[in-house]
Amino acid sequence: MRTRNQTRPYDGKSDQMRIVFAIGFLLLALVGSVGTASAQEGGPTPSPDEVNAIAKNLYCPVCANVPLDVCGTAACAQWRQQIADLLTEGYTEQQIYDYFVQQYGPSVLAAPPASGFNWLIYALPPAVLLLAAFFLGRGLLNWKSEPVKGHRATKKSSNKYRQRLENELKARR
Amino acid sequence: MLAWGFLIVLLALVAAQLRSAQRGVLTRGEPAPEFTLITFEGETIDTEDMTGKVVLVNFWASWCKPCEQEAEALQTAWEMYSDRGDVLFLGVDYVDTEKEALAYLERFGITYPNGPDIGSAIYYAFRARGVPETFIINKLGEVAFVKIGPFEGLAEITSQIDLLLEP
Repeated sequence: MRTRNQTRPYDGKSDQMRIVFAIGFLLLALVGSVGTASAQEGGPTPSPDEVNAIAKNLYCPVCANVPLDVCGTAACAQWRQQIADLLTEGYTEQQIYDYFVQQYGPSVLAAPPASGFNWLIYALPPAVLLLAAFFLGRGLLNWKSEPVKGHRATKKSSNKYRQRLENELKARR
Repeated sequence: MLAWGFLIVLLALVAAQLRSAQRGVLTRGEPAPEFTLITFEGETIDTEDMTGKVVLVNFWASWCKPCEQEAEALQTAWEMYSDRGDVLFLGVDYVDTEKEALAYLERFGITYPNGPDIGSAIYYAFRARGVPETFIINKLGEVAFVKIGPFEGLAEITSQIDLLLEP
């Protein structure tokens, strides 16, 4: 008969399991700490495609109308490296655009921000289209409802001729 | 009537913008724009620090090869005037990255105050058109000399500054 505090017979397998678990735990802890350290130092180095995906939306500071991803000047090379550095530091795409606008001004963007005089670029085309539609519609309505002069008798003239006709008929009788 | 009003307002806006864009760089005799430069060391230099001084404002960038032609001459000129107290040189680093800019300053041993042009605000205030460009401001705060491109040598810099200093 077994009592509660009766020890289990020695089992070599369970000790081995403990050692395996302990080593596994240590390895996991080690991997975790290495992962944390590398995260503190920054993310992985971004690929050229990742850099160019952002660079294509920015413009060369010295050449006219040349996107940063295809620009061959030293200034563009420095900016692309700057994008890579910021990506490594964990900046998001939007944060990188914001950084470039803050550092170098809004002219670096492919599309100007809708502020100041720039709002006209966004507001003007739809406004012109709406105005054109309004005037076209009004013109069409006026054109359709306008009577054709000289071909249709008015009510007044119609009554006048009717009265004359009746008078003449009476006179003949 | 509404359409005509809209068109007139629009044309006025476009004309104002075009006029602003066509003004070109600051010219001699124009008042120098007010600006604040925060140097790479974190020092703030504003218009009050420039009052009563001859101020040389040099726009440059580390990627700009012509800027290298005048870098040594500018530093030599600064060393000639720095003890007087009535001459100030300011380097404005245009659309540049800080690491390369600091390397450039170290390479040419430049010691006068230099800082990044945040948002290109100073560049636009001076209506500059590229780098290098240099503006020399007299003690009254007016633009006295404009140099588009690099200085040809030390003599060109000192001759312009000496003209603005009392004998």
